[in-house]
Amino acid sequence: MNLTRRRKLLSGLVVFLCAAAVAAALVPLFFVFAYVLQRGFSSLNWDFFTKMPKPVGESGGGMANAMLGTVYLIGIASAVAIPVGIIAGVYLSEYGTKPFGTLVRFTADVLNGVPSIVIGIFAYGLAVLPVKHFSALAGGLALGFMMIPIITRTTEELLNLVPGSLREGSLALGATRARAAFSVMMPAALPGIITGILVALARIAGETAPLLFTAFNNRFMSTRLDQPISSLPVQVFTYAVSPYDDWHRQAWAGALVLVAFIFIFSVMARVVTRRLERMHRT
Amino acid sequence: MKTPSSRRSADDRGFRLGTGFFALLVVLLVTGIFWELFRNSHLSIAKFGFRFWTGKVWDPVSGEFGALPFIWGTLYSSLLAMLISTPIALGIAIFLSELSPKVLRTPLAFLTELLAAIPSIVYGLWGVFVLVPIVRQLQVHTPEWMRKIPLFAGPPLGVGMLSAALILSVMVIPFTSSVAREVLRAVPYTQREAAYALGATRWEAIQAALRFGRTGILGAVILGFGRAVGETMAVTMVIGNNPQVTASLFKPQHTMAAVIANEFTEAADDLYLSALIEIGLVLFIITLVINALSRLLIWSVTREVKVKTSRPVGTMAFKAPKAAA
Repeated sequence: MNLTRRRKLLSGLVVFLCAAAVAAALVPLFFVFAYVLQRGFSSLNWDFFTKMPKPVGESGGGMANAMLGTVYLIGIASAVAIPVGIIAGVYLSEYGTKPFGTLVRFTADVLNGVPSIVIGIFAYGLAVLPVKHFSALAGGLALGFMMIPIITRTTEELLNLVPGSLREGSLALGATRARAAFSVMMPAALPGIITGILVALARIAGETAPLLFTAFNNRFMSTRLDQPISSLPVQVFTYAVSPYDDWHRQAWAGALVLVAFIFIFSVMARVVTRRLERMHRT
Repeated sequence: MKTPSSRRSADDRGFRLGTGFFALLVVLLVTGIFWELFRNSHLSIAKFGFRFWTGKVWDPVSGEFGALPFIWGTLYSSLLAMLISTPIALGIAIFLSELSPKVLRTPLAFLTELLAAIPSIVYGLWGVFVLVPIVRQLQVHTPEWMRKIPLFAGPPLGVGMLSAALILSVMVIPFTSSVAREVLRAVPYTQREAAYALGATRWEAIQAALRFGRTGILGAVILGFGRAVGETMAVTMVIGNNPQVTASLFKPQHTMAAVIANEFTEAADDLYLSALIEIGLVLFIITLVINALSRLLIWSVTREVKVKTSRPVGTMAFKAPKAAA
C-alpha cells in the first residue's frame, strides 16, 4: 500500500517536472521576443528602411544598404542551392534505396550540422583567397552551401508523400522516369518543395558568422558581385558591439526586422506542410 | 537498332546519372570543405604540429599559436550547456509525446521549435543587453566566501562562461527536444501498453518507452552537443573573448568558433590565418564525428522500428498500431 502510494507520487512528480520543463523553455522565448518587439518597435522608423548608415558620432540614418544586401545575398544563395538541392532531392526520392542514396542522405544530415562559421572558411578559401578581396559572391556561396542539405532533404521527404501510384500510373502510360518525376511527381509536391525552400531561407536569413569574412561589410549601396556587400545580420552585429547608444537602438530595430522575416517564412512553411500532409493522408 | 523500349531505358539511365550527379555534389561538398580547410592550414600544421593543441599561448604578434584555451572554452561551455539543457529538452519531449493534452500538443511543439528559428545574432544581442547585466548582478551579490571557491572566482563583469553556457543551453533545447520527440514517437505503442497492463504508473510506462528508445535519445543529446560546439555569434558576444584555461564560471573565456569569428579579418600574415583555419579544420572534424555518431544512433531507432511495425505479424493481416500522433 505504502509502495503504491510512493510510486504514484513519483509518477505525479515526474509529470509535473515535464510540464515545468516546457515552461522553462517558454520563458526565455517569451523574454527574447518581448525585448526584440519592445526595443525594436521603439527604434524602428521610416528612416531605418530608406536611409544609409551615418558616420560614427552622427545619430540617425538607417540600414537601407544592409537590407538590400541581405536580399541580394539570399538571391545568390538561392540561385546556387535551389537547383542542386531540388535535383538531389529528386534523386533521393527516385533511387534513394540504394547504398549511394543512404550515403547522400547521411552526408546531407551531417552537412546540416556543420557549423556555419566553418562553411564560411570554406567559401573564403574558394572565392576570397584566390582573388584577395571580399565579395558578395563569396557570401552568397557560403549561404547557398548551407541551404543545399535542407532543400535536398525536404524535397525528398515531400516527394515521398506523393502516392507512388501516381508515378506507376505515368510509367504505365509509357512515360520515362524523368517525365514521371518532373511532370507528375514534382507538380504534385510543388507546394511542399516551396516549403523546403522557405525553411532553408528562414535558416540562413539570419546567419552572421559565415558572412563576416566573405561578404564582409560595406558602408555604401552595392550590387556588384565582386565587391563586399552589407547585410542585415552583420550590420546588427557591428552595431551591437559598438559603444554608441544610437547604434544599439538601430541594432534592435535590425533584429526586429530579421525576426519578423524569419517568423513569416517559418509560419508560411508550416501552414503549407500541414495542408500537404493532410491532403495525402488517407 | 533502336527500339522504343531501349531508347526509354537509355533515357532512364540518363535521368538517373543526371540527378545522381547533383546528389554526388552534396557528398563532394563535404569532402571539398575538408580538403579546402586542410590545404589552407598546412602552414600552421607543418610549423607547430601537435604542439598547436597543447600550447596555452596565443600571441599573433610574436607568431606563437597555441589553441588549448579555445578547445577548453568550447568543451567547457558546451558541456555546461548540455548539463542545463538536457533535462529540460527531454522533459519537453516526454511531455509533448506522452503527457500533453491533444489540444496543446501542436501549439507547444511549434513554440518550442520557434526557439530554433531565432537567429544566433538576435540571441547575442539579447545576451549582451539583457542576460549579461543580470549575470553581473548575480556576481555582485555573490557572497565573499563563495568567491574564494575557484568555480566562482573572477571580477563581476557579467560576460564570461556562465552567460555563454546559459545562452547556449537555450539555443540547444529545441534541437535535442525535437529529435527526442521523434524517437519517442517511433517507439511502438505496445511498449507502453504492456507496461500499463502490468500495473505500471505513468512514469513507469514512460520509462519503458525511454528504455526502448535509449540509443536514439542519446543520439538526440549528442546532436545538441554538436550544435553547442559550433555555435558562434551568440557565444562570442557574451563569453568575453579572453583565451584562458580556468574552471571559473565567472571569468571571461574564449571558444574555437568565437576566435575565428573575431580574428579572421584581422589575420595579417599567412601563419596567423593558417592557424585560425586549422582551428576551423578541427572544429569541422569534431562536429562531423559528433553529427555522424548522433545520426547513426537516431537512425538505429527510428528506422528499425518503422520496418518492424509496418510488417504484418503472423498470418493475420495485422498492422501494429502506431504511436498516437
